[in-house]
Amino acid sequence: MFDALQYEFMRNALVAGLLASVICGIMGTLVVVNRIVFLSGGIAHAAYGGIGLSFFLGWPYLVGTLGFSFTAAMVMAAVSLKAKHRADTIIGVIWAVGMACGIILLDLTPGYNVDLMSYLFGSILTVPQADLWIMLIVGALIAGFVIYFYKDLLAISYDEEFARIRGVPIRALYFALIGLLAVTIVMVIQVVGLILVIALLTIPPFMVEKYAKSLFQMMMGSSLLGAVFTICGLWLSYAFDLTSGASIVLVAGIAFLFFFLVDHLIVSRRHNSKYVPTANPKRS
Amino acid sequence: MQDTIVEIKNVWFGYNGQTVLQDVSLDIRQGDFIAMIGPNGGGKTTLLKLMLGLLKPASGSIRILGSAAQNASHHIGYVSQDVHINRSFPITAVDIVLMGKLEPAKRWARSSARDRREALEVLERMEVAAYASSKIGELSGGQRQRVFIARALVTQPKVLLLDEPTASIDPKGQAEFYRLLKELNKDITILVVSHDLVAISTHVKSVACVNKRLHHHHQAEITGEMLEEMYPCVEEGTCPVELVAHGLPHRVLKYHKGQ
Repeated sequence: MFDALQYEFMRNALVAGLLASVICGIMGTLVVVNRIVFLSGGIAHAAYGGIGLSFFLGWPYLVGTLGFSFTAAMVMAAVSLKAKHRADTIIGVIWAVGMACGIILLDLTPGYNVDLMSYLFGSILTVPQADLWIMLIVGALIAGFVIYFYKDLLAISYDEEFARIRGVPIRALYFALIGLLAVTIVMVIQVVGLILVIALLTIPPFMVEKYAKSLFQMMMGSSLLGAVFTICGLWLSYAFDLTSGASIVLVAGIAFLFFFLVDHLIVSRRHNSKYVPTANPKRS
Repeated sequence: MQDTIVEIKNVWFGYNGQTVLQDVSLDIRQGDFIAMIGPNGGGKTTLLKLMLGLLKPASGSIRILGSAAQNASHHIGYVSQDVHINRSFPITAVDIVLMGKLEPAKRWARSSARDRREALEVLERMEVAAYASSKIGELSGGQRQRVFIARALVTQPKVLLLDEPTASIDPKGQAEFYRLLKELNKDITILVVSHDLVAISTHVKSVACVNKRLHHHHQAEITGEMLEEMYPCVEEGTCPVELVAHGLPHRVLKYHKGQ
């Protein structure tokens, strides 16, 4: 297994995967507790429009994709704040139209078009070193943001009404959060691809939520779990010559299934066994 | 002389062309313990939201300690109605209480030791200190309610607003709850929105009836007339408020001294 690490591309892939795990652990936690998974999916698929734009205009991947995704994300954020009941639909529209734009723009781009699959399914094995540095900076930015605004983000996620009463700048923070989410998604698309980025954002936090006692613990746990999935997935893809991104997500999926079954069994067994009353200070 | 904490003057509010509150005025003074009763849709929760600055009146003013409601929400400790949302959220009771210490001015991830001690003290006062480190989903409805009250109290508010706090608590729990409020009332002004006519009438000091308009009765007894106005009997035998108290229909007695 370790002979794989003699290859630079493998080492880069590992670093990329680990960075992605931490970024997704933090942002994924916020996505799951705020129930904005669909919005995240919208951003991911709309990002394809940005990819198409980048190629059509000859811009570097990050510039075009980030710009487009960020704009789409801000629109979706505004809609989800102003017209909550219509947000689903609008997100769905942007999701589809963004993707269609990307495909058409790529059709219109003359010359050799990069393999579309690499963006759909990720190309962790071809991540250049420059991108690793960018991921590190983005990761640091996200971590810094979350640490500085931790209490506010916690309040907004748990009880928005109370946060408003305490004077928390809800709109500003929400838009900042969605903006960072767009950046996260664009970064991670390179690792596991557009189609699978949602899995990396949601599976680890979902598994950890039940056992975490704080948002911080949930973020740590998700990052760790994501790292484990990434390492296992990379090893599997190396050993059996499989697509890396999909391998990572498959490992995550199997772990999730296993977790779900075990959790269900333990919970149901506990219910069927003798009832044990918990401490209760009710006065008579 | 009692200070006026909340001054609501001639407030009108409505949306979608419907008037929800019509020329509502109310003075909440220090030491008050007001019960706000009225039918659903009558404007009680709307009035609370106006007091908290979450809504703006179409006309009239709401002042809290002299400042406009929008800028003074930190003077109010608010306990909302819904105790069941977000039960699976990864958060402990003490962290919920610490949320009350939120102030945009001071920002750092870790709360100070003093904040934490304060939070534990308030939880102790609400008799749920044993659950400080438990996840909120593990507590019962009544315990959760106390944690939310603790959160409101830790903000050191001038007035405590509770919106139907006993909606999901059994009668024994309700009585216990109002005893607790009476105890709290020694230090803090309280306004409770509630439908528990029996429970509140024995503990509160005055009653505000809200049904588009507001009438503040500076007496604790809820009379038959008040009830007729708030919850009118439209049909014989299908009265929405069925209170039988010692043979006197629709009269809720203040004392039950073995009569």
